[in-house]
Amino acid sequence: MSISTYRPLPDDIRAIQDEMEKVAASYGLDFYETIFEMLDYEELSRFAAYGGFPIRYPHWRFGAQFDELMKGYSYGLQKIYEMVINTDPCYAYLLNCNSITDQKLVIAHVYGHCDFFKNNAWFSKTNRRMLDQLANHAARINRYIDRYGHEAVEEFIDSCLSIEDLIDPYSPHIVRSVKQRKQPSDASEEEPETNDRRFRAKDYMDSFVNPQEVLDQERSQQQEEYQRQHINRSFPAEPVRDVLQFLIEHGQLREWQRDVLSIIREEAYYFAPQGQTKIMNEGWASYWHTTIMTNHGLTDAEVIDYADHHSGTMATSPTRLNPYKLGIELFRDIEERWNRGQFGSEWENCDDVEVRDHWDKELGLGREKIFEVRRIHNDITFIDTFLTEDFCRRHRMFSFAYNDEEKTYEIESREFKDVKQHLLRNLTNYGRPQIRVIDGNYRNRGELYLQHQFAGIELKLDDAEDTLHNVQKLWGRPVNLETVIDETLHLLTYDGQTHRRSPLTKNETFTITN
Amino acid sequence: MTQNIDKDLQRFKQIVRGKVRGNLRKYITHGEMLGRKGREVVSIPVPNIEIPHFRHGKKGSGGSGQGEGEVGQSLGPGEPEDGTGEAGNEAGRHIREVEVTLEELAAMLGEELALPNIIPKGAETLASQKDRYNSVRQVGPDSLRHFKRTYKKALKRQIATGQYNASKPMVVPNRDDTVYKSWTTISEPQANAVILYLMDISGSMGEEQKEIVRTTAFWINAWISSQYNGLQKRYIVHDAMAHEVDEETFFRIRESGGTRISSAYGKAIQVLEQSYPVEDWNIYIFQFSDGDNWGDDNRECLNMLKDKLLPVCNLFCYGQVESPYGSGEYVRELMGLEETWKNVALSLIEDKQGIYECIKDFLGTGK
Repeated sequence: MSISTYRPLPDDIRAIQDEMEKVAASYGLDFYETIFEMLDYEELSRFAAYGGFPIRYPHWRFGAQFDELMKGYSYGLQKIYEMVINTDPCYAYLLNCNSITDQKLVIAHVYGHCDFFKNNAWFSKTNRRMLDQLANHAARINRYIDRYGHEAVEEFIDSCLSIEDLIDPYSPHIVRSVKQRKQPSDASEEEPETNDRRFRAKDYMDSFVNPQEVLDQERSQQQEEYQRQHINRSFPAEPVRDVLQFLIEHGQLREWQRDVLSIIREEAYYFAPQGQTKIMNEGWASYWHTTIMTNHGLTDAEVIDYADHHSGTMATSPTRLNPYKLGIELFRDIEERWNRGQFGSEWENCDDVEVRDHWDKELGLGREKIFEVRRIHNDITFIDTFLTEDFCRRHRMFSFAYNDEEKTYEIESREFKDVKQHLLRNLTNYGRPQIRVIDGNYRNRGELYLQHQFAGIELKLDDAEDTLHNVQKLWGRPVNLETVIDETLHLLTYDGQTHRRSPLTKNETFTITN
Repeated sequence: MTQNIDKDLQRFKQIVRGKVRGNLRKYITHGEMLGRKGREVVSIPVPNIEIPHFRHGKKGSGGSGQGEGEVGQSLGPGEPEDGTGEAGNEAGRHIREVEVTLEELAAMLGEELALPNIIPKGAETLASQKDRYNSVRQVGPDSLRHFKRTYKKALKRQIATGQYNASKPMVVPNRDDTVYKSWTTISEPQANAVILYLMDISGSMGEEQKEIVRTTAFWINAWISSQYNGLQKRYIVHDAMAHEVDEETFFRIRESGGTRISSAYGKAIQVLEQSYPVEDWNIYIFQFSDGDNWGDDNRECLNMLKDKLLPVCNLFCYGQVESPYGSGEYVRELMGLEETWKNVALSLIEDKQGIYECIKDFLGTGK
């Protein structure tokens, strides 16, 4: 069975592709072979609903997505111009009713994405044969459907998808030593280690360097930890962010359920880097489509159309930072600064406006720098490193916050610090709450204890309870979620029948020291 | 190609329907929630069905934006997703409209309210003639040409005679290939039904009361039309005088003046006698009023009901809508009838919540 339904491109588009490919390569863009296909809108929507792939496992949410895309298009609300997936070779889809100008723009844009997929470090661990892998997943899930019934499998997938974002997107990049990973097998008999964490000090300094009360505190914490892990048989030893993996290992699941959950997890990890690099990826692709189009691609007749569509993509709205816009402007800013040598301590410490304005060391390092940036950064480090006060002011950026009394969002500040902080906060874990597993044997009753790492924003409670419901289905025993409601610590509990919300007193919570 | 998505779409639509079914009570009592009402389908807004995730609430949330504006300026209560929002192909949260056919809706209603199917009286007395396009023939007008079959036949012929060239596919039908649709006339036994709606439009019936009537009537129509092949609806309004009006007017009209219910009964009797012989028709009468009537008129009303209306109709339903102005007495007059006449149903509708019970009272009789 062939997965692709490759149809040869029309000759004129093929010619554009060849030209664009040459131009892109001449700029140093480095990509896998890229295969373009022309689709009509319905076909494109099918692919888009499947996340860009031709075959996925059966699930109604794809249908919902498809329905939404088709309706949005027929009501004239939205339109997808292009789609490209991170595989080797890269597959990119073009909309057949686009004008030739649009096709040029899109093809140039796609080569930007392809280069990014191939070279950005955060994509380095993704499976480039995902096309086949997803088809395999579909086959496996179809087999379970045949055996256990559509309803049962669908319901289970619903539960899994409910927590598909509870993964640790950094984990593929961390190589942990084998020793650390190994669970101590017969540790239960061991005495608590009383390794004092004393600093080395001369005798007469010892009581200052290692004050007795601190040592006592540490010891009691170690005792508590020992108590928790050995007497109460708590596990894991350290909080786990990859909740899915934890459930796969420890949840009360049947073999097929375990497999389905691992499929969902694998796919979540595959798509994770795209969320981590949205601003950079779009910014990079946009940078290259403008560069290529304005220098090579455009005929005189096409300039207006091109400008119109380009600016449409770059449009901003007050409450939504457009990743295309932010990304391209930051890349341009970096290029400009490194061309003029506006970096390093000399630049940072200069506060003479006049000098700064005319600062130009004519280094010409800009191109080189942005290629480096696209290789090593993700959105968070990108913003953290390169968003400057000047940039913020120039682009009229502000931060906004929800006013609980007025029930409306308000512009909160135009201070650089606030803007950056808000931006980073919304990028951290994709702006979603961070949830981790603290205990898989809470109260020694086999209950799951999850912790919301509170960072100032409370959970949407109805959704949280619905999600907890689904977690319970996967865990099998009662589940608990520690979170903050109305500024006090609460424990949400679902035991399979009823939801409870109870305030948590301090000594019930775990003191995690790491 | 990605054929499977059609299955996913079907499945999704099924789920949405299930949602409609689950919330039917809400839709019944809040008629305004129903969207466009077409001849065949009703579009119903359903909150988008989503898989729940752990998400941040609005409180304490915020983000970064770009543009003009002073500090403190409102940006609206809208739902900005994450501050960095995902542009492009992801749409925000929407209310989704689903189209449900009236037939389906009636089936859901029947299930929800446990309505018995109606056993039509005088069934099969009336034969209706129908044309069914169920065959083809060689001659006919061009307007009835069967396009697909014609071309298929032409293709067959070309292949058989070796004229077909696969590398340059071209199919030209000739005269012999052309096929026309043809019909046969069949007569179907049909049970016909007519609904007479009577409504008091005197000054005491306000907008809210009319809204209740409108919503109730919509569901009654949906149910009864699912039970009969042919359903006709006639609308009569009255204050001191009665008029027959069309559907649109019936629901919009507002007048003031006194109330004589007997005038409406008189009009109803007249309509029935003119157009709907009792042997052939299942007759339904639904009357809505706030219960106010001209004092002396009650006796005449009862007589008209007993002598002329109740003997001929399958069901006579009286719904009394609570209104701040009406005295609400009329229902008491009718209560006496309930014992002797099995085809009388009375219901008091206090407010919109009452619609649900009212429909159950009326249609639960199975008549």
